[in-house]
Amino acid sequence: MHYSPVITNADQAIKSDKLHLFRYVEDPNQKQIDTYMTHGGYTAWKKVLNDMSPEAVTGEVKESGLRGRGGAGFPTGVKWGFVPKDSTKPRYLICNADESEPGTCKDRVLMERDPHGMIEGMAIASFAIKSNLMFCYIRGEFGECIRATEAAMHEAYDKGMLGKNIMGTGYDLDMVIHTGGGAYICGEETALLNSLEGERGMSRVKPPFPAVEGLYACPTIVNNVETLAAVPFIVNNGAAWYKSMGTEKSAGTKLFSLTGHINRPGNFEVELGMPLKDMIYSPEFGNGIPDGKKLKAVIPGGASTPYLTPEQVETVLLDYESMEEHGSMLGSGAIIVLNEDTCIIWSIYKLIHFFRHESCGKCTPCREGTGWLEQIIKSILDGKGKPGDIERIEDLCENILGRTICPLGDAAVMPIQSAVKHFRGEWEFAIEHGRPMVKTDFAFT
Amino acid sequence: MILTDESVKAMKEAVGRYPKKKSAILPCLTIAHRQIGHLNDDIYREIARAVNIPYVEIAEAATFYTFFPKQPVGKHHIQVCHNISCALVGADGLCSYLEEKLGIRKGETTPDKEFSLVSVECLGSCATAPMMQVGDDFYENLNRAKVDEILSELKEKT
Repeated sequence: MHYSPVITNADQAIKSDKLHLFRYVEDPNQKQIDTYMTHGGYTAWKKVLNDMSPEAVTGEVKESGLRGRGGAGFPTGVKWGFVPKDSTKPRYLICNADESEPGTCKDRVLMERDPHGMIEGMAIASFAIKSNLMFCYIRGEFGECIRATEAAMHEAYDKGMLGKNIMGTGYDLDMVIHTGGGAYICGEETALLNSLEGERGMSRVKPPFPAVEGLYACPTIVNNVETLAAVPFIVNNGAAWYKSMGTEKSAGTKLFSLTGHINRPGNFEVELGMPLKDMIYSPEFGNGIPDGKKLKAVIPGGASTPYLTPEQVETVLLDYESMEEHGSMLGSGAIIVLNEDTCIIWSIYKLIHFFRHESCGKCTPCREGTGWLEQIIKSILDGKGKPGDIERIEDLCENILGRTICPLGDAAVMPIQSAVKHFRGEWEFAIEHGRPMVKTDFAFT
Repeated sequence: MILTDESVKAMKEAVGRYPKKKSAILPCLTIAHRQIGHLNDDIYREIARAVNIPYVEIAEAATFYTFFPKQPVGKHHIQVCHNISCALVGADGLCSYLEEKLGIRKGETTPDKEFSLVSVECLGSCATAPMMQVGDDFYENLNRAKVDEILSELKEKT
């Protein structure tokens, strides 16, 4: 009923032998198992169960170069390989569907419109790590995703894709859907584990890594929705096919959420390595900035990634290495476009308010530091900035960065550091003149 | 007793789904929230008794999660995303417009208890912004005309 009306590039994907994640997301029946199977669904699952060993599945995914699509970009097959081979404890697979990084709305499309793709990927990953129980941790606000995933899960049981002795192979696999409570931090894998265990969603010290000691102190693999959704295609088409897309270090395709000041906001699947400029200006994707406004900055990978300047946007590519060379990160693939009417301080205030609110409070630098940063940034925005505030902000950022258990502290400060570095003049102006250089007022009409 | 038999039954079923009982705390809170619309200390105690998990463990978890209001909210609980992608296309204006239309400020409930309004962090509708969530449903690509229409529809439902 309240299915997201978001734009996708399924029209391109359906004509392509490369783009795969979005191929059928505009088919309203794709969420039903019969349609999913008509489109080749669960063939990879059958192949894995009948013809492959867990080691072979892990090997194929490792070889494909698939990297975690939740934000960290860690090689997926390598992560699976960290599960201790000799462990006699139960193993668990968790799909991280707690999508909540500001700017990111891609996993929601997969869950609402093609939930079996995620479930099949989860099943294959479970087999690869020899797990008999898998969880899908979906953020509680995503009502339609929860409903679609529940319906798909029941269909998968009814068709014998899940449950006991699947397809007569002797392999058992059960699935539990767990819904969250509105905490961004629970998308961080160790906080997710605590949340799933009924604790407050606070991160855990690593090591031990979840692959060794995760849920209930048992080997656990946590993978993002988009990562898992790619797995059936890798199994069916082979690692070489996947590797033939993208760049050497960023194989395959990726979903990008394009938002902010853009003519055609939407979710788009593209091969990694495409120029960011094309994503923003090409008519088949963003189609430029509304009203002929100039570009001021781009946050390329979600609220936790450093800002890019218009000059950097000219040359940066949508892949892990190019983003890093340009001082930012690919993150979750959430591209947020800011036009010339955007006050940088206002945009940073929006972000730090978020991180202060979402800090779990476990580590002092993050708990206290994000609050102090928010206060200083708000005062500058309100025209009450004081000389030395910029230095105070820089000092606070340096003292949070790398000093927290989980990456939320780093995530909170990296955009600030970049915004101070690239747009220092705006901060100085606001402090000197008692008002921001740009008055932000985006009308609601 | 605030929890219905149906909710208690659903909570007991939730407990059975997990290798360890404590994992059912968040599902139990979700069930109670769906029934009542908010949570509080009395409800934590009822959940504790229903599934035999210590009260303190229920309360400890519940107070961490902002998805569950801890005070009664209106029949139609409106949550507006105020984060960056939505704010760039008018989320602050959307909030003011709702305040004006409903005659309440953010954080308040209308005197007839029909509507409450809050602004919240990112709801994952960034490419269909600005947006709001009412109860369990998302309303996206909003403008003034759409908000007028949605509010009229909701008023009819009351």
